[in-house]
Amino acid sequence: MINTGDTAFVLLSTALVMLMTPGLALFYGGMVRKKNVLGVLMQCFILLCLLSIQWVLFGYSLAFFPSQGFTGGLTWFGLRGIGLDPNPDYAATIPHHAFIAFQMMFAVITPALIIGAFAERMKFSAFLVFSILWATLVYDPVCHWVWGSGGWLKTLGVLDFAGGIVVHTTAGIASLVAALVIGKRKNLDHNTPTPHNLPFVATGTALLWFGWFGFNAGSALGANSVACNAFMTTNTAAAAAGLTWSILEWIRNGKPTIFGTLTGTIAGLATITPASGYVTVLSAVIIGIVASVVCYIAVGVVKPKLGYDDSLDAFGVHGVGGIIGTLMVGLFATKAVNPSGANGLFYGDSKQFFIQLFAVGVVFVYTLTVSFVLYKLVDLFMRVRVSEKEELMGLDLTQHRKRAYTVLE
Amino acid sequence: MKLIIAIIQPYKLEDVKDELYKAGVNLITVSEVLGHGRQKGITEVYRGAKETGNLLRKIRLEIAVNDSFVEPTVKAIIKGAKTGETGDGKIFVVPLEDCVRIRTGEKGAVAVG
Repeated sequence: MINTGDTAFVLLSTALVMLMTPGLALFYGGMVRKKNVLGVLMQCFILLCLLSIQWVLFGYSLAFFPSQGFTGGLTWFGLRGIGLDPNPDYAATIPHHAFIAFQMMFAVITPALIIGAFAERMKFSAFLVFSILWATLVYDPVCHWVWGSGGWLKTLGVLDFAGGIVVHTTAGIASLVAALVIGKRKNLDHNTPTPHNLPFVATGTALLWFGWFGFNAGSALGANSVACNAFMTTNTAAAAAGLTWSILEWIRNGKPTIFGTLTGTIAGLATITPASGYVTVLSAVIIGIVASVVCYIAVGVVKPKLGYDDSLDAFGVHGVGGIIGTLMVGLFATKAVNPSGANGLFYGDSKQFFIQLFAVGVVFVYTLTVSFVLYKLVDLFMRVRVSEKEELMGLDLTQHRKRAYTVLE
Repeated sequence: MKLIIAIIQPYKLEDVKDELYKAGVNLITVSEVLGHGRQKGITEVYRGAKETGNLLRKIRLEIAVNDSFVEPTVKAIIKGAKTGETGDGKIFVVPLEDCVRIRTGEKGAVAVG
């Protein structure tokens, strides 16, 4: 039975999530040097095009056709046989197409998150091939396991409200692999690249925060109390995390920065994502604080020690946030918020924590392996990294023959 | 005292800076400029520059040095900036009448440092 309120809510949430990919483009675009800003914007926008097509052709079928297999298979190829009636497996009160569209935006932004790891040095053609392969062989299967009807992790009882595993763990781990395989940017040691436009980063963060209401509250797939809870926990965690990061900076570096505050809010948003529909607002405060502390350590302490060049901290913020958020579902989840969820460790049941831990572990290993193989494969056939000269000249000119800014006029 | 002005390819700036540091030259001023020489504003890689009326983006270095540093500085710039292709740039060596360090009022060779 179609409910008009639910349908309107999900469609608008879909549009909000769509806006997150351009938001991410600005978020990342501001962080790179000005010779690479168009490269980043282009990578984000082209994924919006490329993966929208992949999704309606076969991505949705692989991810969501009811099946107990490794993926959903190709029965719904080209959305064949899908009418406008609701699909009660996923959302009983909205037309099936509203669900497809909503999930499409998740499938788009997930590979886009990885752009932050190899920013400023990946060849555009190799990027396209890698992204489509990764979406098909990592995102679609994992999405099926966790969210698809019959998916084995779903059957096991794992809880991932809006994508802590499906979106942030997969993209985060792929980012770590990407940064390690592609190697450091040139001249990094004596010339630390500084973000060329922090106001862009702020605008991008604003769009991401705004879009995240669609991402998390929309994941309730109805205009109901769970959606409202997710809305509140999302904003609360973002606020607590932004505040925490700026305080950490203030203590450690003497001054709080806008860049740190923005990074903190994104860490908080990524971390609350899997938990948003299962935890209380007060728990979201704690989750936000923990998110910033852990991501701060990952980005500011662990990364420099290990020496990998995750240019824009796709792993350190999204990956780490997604993983700890998923684990915290096992601690803070309560049926008082969402009866279809579970009680976590702090509400008297330790079982859920171990399910969450197991699911993260499995997805961690699977994503690590497949992402690594895909990188090596693409590298073998078309070399993933641009030449040294191209890297020094910047991706804007060498990959797209365009400059973002003029000197005169 | 001489003022050395060099126009180089932007992507060679890091290499030139490295060579200058090796030669013991640390005091440089860098600016972004537009211009064109023999290549007339069109090379394969700079096609995007059409938008700015065929003027190419270059980097200008200004380095004031004492006479004994002129040769090492010029050599360092060449070493860092040379690719052998049209568009590598030019170096101008200009006589420098005086130099004043604002903080102390020192003049001449001491101020050039």
